[in-house]
Amino acid sequence: MPYPESLVAPMRAEMTQMGATELRTVADVDAALGSSTGTTLVFVNSVCGCAAGNARPAVQMALRHGVLPERTVTVFAGQDLDAVARARSYFGEYQPSSPSMALLRDGEVVHFVHRHQIEGRSPQTIAADLTKAFDTHCSHSVGA
Amino acid sequence: MSGHVFHPGHHELHGITVVLETERALWVGRFDSVTPKGVLLHDAGAYEDGVTPGTREEYLQKTLKFGVRATAKNVIIPEGEVRGMRQLAEAAG
Repeated sequence: MPYPESLVAPMRAEMTQMGATELRTVADVDAALGSSTGTTLVFVNSVCGCAAGNARPAVQMALRHGVLPERTVTVFAGQDLDAVARARSYFGEYQPSSPSMALLRDGEVVHFVHRHQIEGRSPQTIAADLTKAFDTHCSHSVGA
Repeated sequence: MSGHVFHPGHHELHGITVVLETERALWVGRFDSVTPKGVLLHDAGAYEDGVTPGTREEYLQKTLKFGVRATAKNVIIPEGEVRGMRQLAEAAG
């Protein structure tokens, strides 16, 4: 059952304020991921403070890197159920967990950060993992 | 809101994805608590000796790469059957 919107609103805002586009419907997801070329970071947001409390700041840190995906989008697990299910349909064999992050290039997952790779790790460590993936898979330089 | 935790006062592994080994199976799931009936895991998958293809190690490596293929929303493993438990992340070496 979804949490009250008033509770999750700050968590949604934390993502949009760092530049992520929130996808709240199946149509939103298909528009963003359905025929996308280039690179897209998908952040599966969560209310769980055990892991998401470090994951959101990690994404914020990673998005200050010099090489970035062309788009950053987010869906909210447990809240926007249909949108999340649709987003996960683009993740192939990767199993659902939240929070989690998928880096897609030309529609294929090229890097995935599972919940178990977030739990107990600092935002700095998670961000370092992400930026390493950006360096490997993305070519969009900030300011270019 | 960053760092906010909704579950104060819980076991230190609460919310952590763990690998729990028994004599006949290896469970991977999100630790909740130790209840009077045993260890409660959420969204858990299992490797069962003699049933699941491959080895426990192969199952673990696939889980590390692709995540937990959950077959049970909630499962309780009796404490007496638990041979060991560790964080899944530790299995990555």
